[in-house]
Parts: sequence; C-alpha cells; structure tokens
Amino acid sequence: MAEAAGGDAAIALIDVAKRFPNADRDAVGNLSLDIHAGQITALIGPSGCGKTTTLKMINRLIEPTSGRILLEGTNVLEQDPVQLRRRIGYVIQTVGLLPHRTIEDNIGTVPRLLGWDAKRIAARVQEMAELFELDDDLLARYPGELSGGQRQRVGVARALAADPGVMLMDEPFAAVDPIVRGRLQEEFLSIQERLRKTIVFVTHDIDEAIKLADRIALLNVGGVLEQYAPPERMLREPANPFVEEFLGYERGLRRLALTKVGDIGVEEGPVVAPGTTAEEARRVMRAFGGDWASVVDGDELLGWIEESQLEGVATVSQVQPRRFSAYVTDEDSLRIALDSVVTSRTQVAVVVTEGQHYRGILTLEHISKEIVT
Amino acid sequence: MIAQAGGEPLIRWDWIADHLDEIAADGLQHVVLTVSAVGLALLIGLPIAIVAQRHRRLYPPVTWISGILYTIPSLAAIAFLIPITGLSLTTVVIPLTGYCLLILIRNVVAGLDGVPQDVKEAATGMGYTSRQLLWRVELPMAAPVIIAGIRIATVSTIGLATIGGLIGRGGFGQLIFEGLETDFWTPLLLGSFLSLVLALLADIGLLGIQRLTTPWARGMRVVTT
Repeated sequence: MAEAAGGDAAIALIDVAKRFPNADRDAVGNLSLDIHAGQITALIGPSGCGKTTTLKMINRLIEPTSGRILLEGTNVLEQDPVQLRRRIGYVIQTVGLLPHRTIEDNIGTVPRLLGWDAKRIAARVQEMAELFELDDDLLARYPGELSGGQRQRVGVARALAADPGVMLMDEPFAAVDPIVRGRLQEEFLSIQERLRKTIVFVTHDIDEAIKLADRIALLNVGGVLEQYAPPERMLREPANPFVEEFLGYERGLRRLALTKVGDIGVEEGPVVAPGTTAEEARRVMRAFGGDWASVVDGDELLGWIEESQLEGVATVSQVQPRRFSAYVTDEDSLRIALDSVVTSRTQVAVVVTEGQHYRGILTLEHISKEIVT
Repeated sequence: MIAQAGGEPLIRWDWIADHLDEIAADGLQHVVLTVSAVGLALLIGLPIAIVAQRHRRLYPPVTWISGILYTIPSLAAIAFLIPITGLSLTTVVIPLTGYCLLILIRNVVAGLDGVPQDVKEAATGMGYTSRQLLWRVELPMAAPVIIAGIRIATVSTIGLATIGGLIGRGGFGQLIFEGLETDFWTPLLLGSFLSLVLALLADIGLLGIQRLTTPWARGMRVVTT
C-alpha cells in the first residue's frame, strides 16, 4: 500500500506509528497512506482504531513515535509545529470557536496569526462569509448567539480563511442534528467542488464517508489499514470479511446511492408515438412483455398508456396518456431510480433529460445487475 | 435623633464640616491601600496561579501556603512588621496583600480551568503558540471569574484596611480609632459608614468593568470559588 511519496500525494504517511506513554500496544502501528491532492479522504473505523490519532499526527497535535509524514514533499516532523499548523486548516467536532471573539474575528483568526494587515483580513472574512452564506449581521455576533449549524459553518470558514492547501476535519458534522447535517454536507461538497482542497476527515459514520469521500481508509483497532479505496470500489470489492462487516448489510443499497443513472445504460423500453396504430401499439407492449407503453412525440415524453385503453380506438392519439408518477435524470442515483421502480405502477424508472426529453427506462433487473456484478 | 449620654447628639455635623480635609485625605489613603494591596496580590498571584494551573502538583502547596497567610491575624502581622517597616503604609499593605493572594490565586486557577478543552485544542490546531494561547484565549476567557475574584478581594481589603488605623495608616480606619480612643461617636460612625460606601462603590465599579470588558459573557453564569 505504501506507494512512493510524491506524484499527486499531498500528504504521505510512511510507516507512522504512535504508542502513548504507559500503553502496552500501539495506537497506530506502521501505517502508510498516500492522501491524494484535491480529494476528500475519510479515515473511518471502530473506536480504538486510531483514526483521530492519525489525523492529529498530521498537524502534530500528537507526535508520532516513529515514521515520517510528508506534507507536499517535506517531513512535517522537521518543521516548526506552530508554522505548520497555520498552513493547515483544522476543524473539530465541537467546532471550538473562541467564545470571546466575534464571528468576524473568529474567521480571521489564522490570517491574524499570519500577520496579514487589517484590510486584507476584513476582505478575506467578507469573502468567506459570502462563500458560506453567512449574513453580515451574523459577523458582529458572538459564537454563543449562533445555532449549531451556523457555528459549524463558521468553523469550516475559519479553517479555510488563510486558504490552506490541506484541511483536517475531526468528525466535523457529528454534533448537529441529522437534517442540518445533511444540508451542511451538501454545502461542504459544493464548496469543495470549487476549491479542490486536500481534505482528510475522520468519521464514525459509514454513510457520511461514502457520501463525502473520494477515498476511504478503513482502519482496524491499532491503526491497521484494512482497505484504502474509493467508496464505490470498497462497496463492490470489500478486501476482507472485516471490511464487509463494517460496511454493513445495506452494502448493495449504499452502492446504488453512489452510482448515477447516467453511469449505466438505459433500455429503450416500449415506446409508441401519437400516430401509432392501436394494433402496432399492442405489438410493442407484448414485445416488451407488459401491458403498457410510453407515448413519445418526437422526443418529448407525453406519458404512458395501458393496453385496456386501446379498446375501440384506431391510433394512440385518441387516448389521453397518463403522467408518470416520477421521473429520474442522469444526475439521480440508482438508489432513487430503484425507489421509482418499486413505487410506480409500471415497475420501471423512466429516465428523461431536461425538458421532458425521453431517454429510456430502467428496470429492476437492469439495476440489480449493477449490484451483483 | 438618638442622644449620647450627656445630651450630646450621635452625629455632630459641625465636626464633620470642620474635618472635611482630614476625611478626604483618609479616603485617598484608603483607596491607595486597597489598590496597592489588590494590585500587588494580582502581580504576585497571577503568575503563581498560571504556573500552578499548568503544573497541577504545585497547586496544593500553593493553596496551603496562601491559606496559612490568610489565617495570620492582621493585628499580629502589623505588630510583627513594625520593627522592620515602621509605621509606614507598607506595614499595612503587606498583610492585606497576603489576604488577597488566596482569593485571587483560587479564582485565576478556577477561571483557567473553566476554559473548554476543545477551544484550546482548536486554537492550538490553528497555530497559536502557547504564549498566544494564554494571553489571547485563556486569560480573556477566564476574565469574568478572575474579575469576580478581584471584586471579593477588593471588598474584603477595604474592610480589613481599617485595622491600619492602629498605626495611623488605615484610611477611614483612622476615624474609627479616633472615635474609639476619644469615646466620640461621630468619627467612629462616619469612618465605618464611609468604608462601607467605598466597598459598595468599588464592587459596582468592578462589576461594570467586567460587563464592559467581557460583552460575550453576558447571560452566562460566572462561577466563583
């Protein structure tokens, strides 16, 4: 697993071990890991797996017992820890905002430590406030006056204020309720989409890791790396029974959540046009093995008709098509498509592009092939 | 008006009017005594408390020693110091400082203990040096508890300082001793009353300073020891 340092590795852990004083075993034992630049890497594992210890060794809040940690090619253990930390964003679970400083001052913390002049700090704070959609009147308040979700956003804004290349996050979304957490995660992903920081975050929540991470490092007790892979691959090919068990029973569904409709091909499905004769329409339905067909005019999806509606009509145009209860697009996950399949009368998910243009359908067989292979 | 034996009134306002200069000088001395004692105790106690808070083993001996200082009777301390420092303000300031130490050290340690671990960790993780952490994070956050300690120390010092009247260095205490020696109620009552007023004013003033300097703590409970 220990690839040569360099390449696109922003952080390389090389044989890193930590044994705490008076402990009879390593908290982290000879861990080697390449953290890729511009990606989100999740450290996950059961309690006692050393994930937080590993994170804190990167900014030297915990000193490794042995090994090397390269940050952009240079060993962090040979750098001044204070200067090092000012170059690395850091977010903890409880945020840890300075309660005696305003939100504005909190966001400007690291720029101030770096000695930026007041004008530059103010401009940067403004920029961060806009990026994180923090209202101006919020900036003058104290952390005690904010909601949990707002504090969390300020915490991330503060970590990014000095524009560090690397950000470390210790269970950053664990302290807020699930609804706020979901929204913060979405926000975080869209901001990362733009900023492309190298982010390492610790979580105990496998769903969070799957949702946010480009790569997941799954650690076992004692800091043993069980698997290091993109979430999709880890779900598809768990390296061993430990990984399989950790990923849980919903592994298949979780994989569906990761795959987009656009990533797999669609089936043509039974399609008729308004001008199609009733006889031809029946033939199309039977060829598909069902009693319904989509009505498509040009490439615009009008709805669907049932075989029974064709009684006594000459062409499809004489029948009022019904609307599908739900559509999916290429951007939706297969999990959403599956939901559409099992809840719709036609037992398929209809795939459309912007403006109701018909693309095809997804059936249960087609989706489940994705899980099985 | 209650009358003293001999038909003399309890308060002789004309005496007060005749002695305004003396009363003002006593007031000034009382303030000087208090500010010197509390200030000196803060100067000595703050570094001791900071070190004791970081090196926990030192805390028990520190409280032990300052506790012993606290129990020395003021009269004995003054009597002991007269051969060394004479009938000077110093003779009064030294024991008063000693009494403040215990209160201040305990409050500084409690204030620093009250700074949440996660705030310290986040600050360290962002690149605060340990000195910056102390001056920009820990002490400002401990300020409400420290100032609460200063209030208690100040009020009790104002009361205790009157004992200095014994050697003519007790601020309003002079008036009290004068009244006691001459069996004359007016200065006795006036000295007690003014020292009470001074204590109240100091307490309110310090509370105001605390509110102004720690706006973020509004609505938070300040716990004192």
